[in-house]
Amino acid sequence: MSSNLRWRKFVSGFMLTMTGVCALVAVSVLFFILGYLVFHGGTSISWNFFTKLPAPVGEGGGGMANAIVGSAKLLLLASLIGVPVGFFGAIYLAEFGGGATTFVVRYAADLLNGVPSIVIGIFAYGLVVLPFKHFSTLAGGFALGLMMIPVTLRSTEEFLRGVPRALREAAMALGASKWKTVATVIVPAAYRGILTAVLLAFARVAGETAPLLFTAFGNRFWSPGWDQPTSSLPVMIFTYAIAPYEDWHRQAWAAGLVLLGLILVINIVARAILARGIAVPRS
Amino acid sequence: MRMTISKVNFFYGSKQTLFNINLGIAVNKVTALIGPSGCGKSTLLRTLNRMYETVRNARLEGEILLDGQNILAQDVTSLRRRVGMVFQRPNPFPKSIFDNVAYGLRINGSKVPLAEAVEKSLRHAALWDEVKDHLHKSAYELSGGQQQRLCIARALAVEPEVLLLDEPCSALDPISTAKIEELLVQLKDLCTIVTVTHNMQQAARISDFTAFLLIGQLIEFSPTPQLFTTPGDPRTEAYITGRFG
Amino acid sequence: MREGDEIARLITFLFAASVVLVTLLLVFELWQGSILPRHKFGFNFFRTSVWDPIFDQFGALPFIYGTLVTAGVALVIAVPLGIGAAIFLAELAPARVSDTLEFFIDLLAAVPSVIYGLLGVFIVVPLMREYIQPALKNTLGFLPLFQGPVYGVGLLTAGIVLAIMVIPYIISVSREVLLSVPRDQREAALSLGSTRWESTWQVVVPFARGGIMGSIFLALARALGETMAVTMVIGNAPVISASLFSPGDSIASVIANQFTEATGDLYLQSLIELGLVLFLITFILNGLARLLIVATSQKGSAMGNA
Repeated sequence: MSSNLRWRKFVSGFMLTMTGVCALVAVSVLFFILGYLVFHGGTSISWNFFTKLPAPVGEGGGGMANAIVGSAKLLLLASLIGVPVGFFGAIYLAEFGGGATTFVVRYAADLLNGVPSIVIGIFAYGLVVLPFKHFSTLAGGFALGLMMIPVTLRSTEEFLRGVPRALREAAMALGASKWKTVATVIVPAAYRGILTAVLLAFARVAGETAPLLFTAFGNRFWSPGWDQPTSSLPVMIFTYAIAPYEDWHRQAWAAGLVLLGLILVINIVARAILARGIAVPRS
Repeated sequence: MRMTISKVNFFYGSKQTLFNINLGIAVNKVTALIGPSGCGKSTLLRTLNRMYETVRNARLEGEILLDGQNILAQDVTSLRRRVGMVFQRPNPFPKSIFDNVAYGLRINGSKVPLAEAVEKSLRHAALWDEVKDHLHKSAYELSGGQQQRLCIARALAVEPEVLLLDEPCSALDPISTAKIEELLVQLKDLCTIVTVTHNMQQAARISDFTAFLLIGQLIEFSPTPQLFTTPGDPRTEAYITGRFG
Repeated sequence: MREGDEIARLITFLFAASVVLVTLLLVFELWQGSILPRHKFGFNFFRTSVWDPIFDQFGALPFIYGTLVTAGVALVIAVPLGIGAAIFLAELAPARVSDTLEFFIDLLAAVPSVIYGLLGVFIVVPLMREYIQPALKNTLGFLPLFQGPVYGVGLLTAGIVLAIMVIPYIISVSREVLLSVPRDQREAALSLGSTRWESTWQVVVPFARGGIMGSIFLALARALGETMAVTMVIGNAPVISASLFSPGDSIASVIANQFTEATGDLYLQSLIELGLVLFLITFILNGLARLLIVATSQKGSAMGNA
């Protein structure tokens, strides 16, 4: 073997090993993140964390009960906005739409998807906070809901389109009207993909902080109803992490663990649902 | 014999696709491999430059000799310089015409002046006159037939001893096909040619020797005129008369 | 169409139209909401580096600088790592290993920004302050990039955290694009006597060049819009400095920090104008990215049909 060839083979082996190192580094980040969160957060999770309100500065024993409830309310509202718009909008695109309208709607959705979350926050501020003159759960939920729309819309549309023509035609041949076909045949056939899309959109907004900073803002106490500022897990993590109190830092870790745990579980479940079978039974 | 295939068995995982193949490839002649779809002719072709190694679970037993030396015991990178390949669909690199042909030379650290070597190959591939003023244009601007001749030029640039062609004309129109067939016959003075084809008439036209395969077995191997006029095996006869395939 | 269908069509149309409506409204709000500074400062908004709420002077330059520098640092780190990992996943790893690793990469992409920020503040910043920045200063301190006091927080730290955040995007898109390169490109390179690396680097990767560029644009768009993690580690000082150790501010982080404290319309609207700028930049980048990615996958399927 000539020395030139020997060198080339060496370079080949070396570079390919390096790519493996890159992949290893990238993947190991995930495990580092989980490791640190479990280590620091696991020790701070307590019954207090889930049940108590934040304590005054300097006192221990506080918790994030209001943040947890706040996040739940925000996400509920976000889903109420994001899911129907995405779902029914996708049905329009897949079943009724044509040419120009479809293009415009898709383009708008893709545009909305690319908007940085802080800008969504600005928008929700202008639209909901200003007219009502205060921060509110409503504003926060609206911002998060906006962020859910594009993912739900595009994914649902894709899965609806993926349902085989044969199924549609069979239903229509039996005399079913279009909307009946959609409701009873097509949507059920695509339900796995749609569910996955909704779950993934949900998981994505569950961790969003920036849009909440000036919509839901924050609250050291309970937030009754929908028109008051409310605490939320992501914002609490932010606030506590940058504050100088050791106790708050511990709680931030705990909250981080809970939040990431929730998000990862939803992601894994969503992918498992999808993996189990995208298909419609073959006839 | 330029290459000798002895007792070759080939497996994808646990499935065997070539059974006890024994075959000699004659120097500076065109050898055609024919047979119905799935008979293993492409698989056999790809053993000759160990291209099957890009697939996991592919395994070869037996011996393949190039000029008396077992290719399985050699360094695969140097082997592939000596046994070149042209593929079914033209697949030029996303580079200029010149850079496509020069690729093999550059990779191998050739000291030959590139411009001359590129011209030589393009002339051998009967493409020079059509592209000589456009060498720096993208290869994708050429027509299908021209791209395939470019791929032949690219393969010839490294001066291989053997050139393998896997159904080189199946994606081309009749006129391009005819040009390439003519080319192959001329090229055998330069190197040994082995070509897989599903077109029997093509095999009859251009090859000196023909091997007929069926379900992974070598049924018959003889000089082309003999195989097509007086086939020894009834299965060969059935295939060439179109009773199946 | 039957009556039920007409109603269904209308209802679903309204939902679909609302998406377009809301998007238009967003652009409108950004434009209208930044009217004061646009009239008062015009293009000087982008050239002035003074950000002084007390004297109603608002110049966006420090934030543009901070945004570009952190994104630049992020790409310098993330692009080689990301493309390297994508090459491994697409060319080398067996299918099952590749899919498993991709699964983990996708999970990484799902980690929220504030969690990266949390780890940034408590793990990366001390690491930078105690070990990495001093080491850089000792070895490369002759460069203005690595001079000055070491705080831990700053442009470099923010860039590194951003790099970690955008790597998954580069990996997943590049991996997909590399997988879509026709097999016979690689085989042709190998058949000419290339080593595996040569066939990958000189043929397969160039073939996928467009899509890989697209993934980089996507990563860049993500990096530019990133708020929380950056806010938590960048140091929040509206300064422009040649040193990467210096604290700074990005467009997103200054909006996050100052929006609720903004007194007076000019102040608030200047922040909104920053939001508008961010929107426009990410809009263009995302559009380019999509074009590049689509163009490359079409190239793969159009091959050989000349």
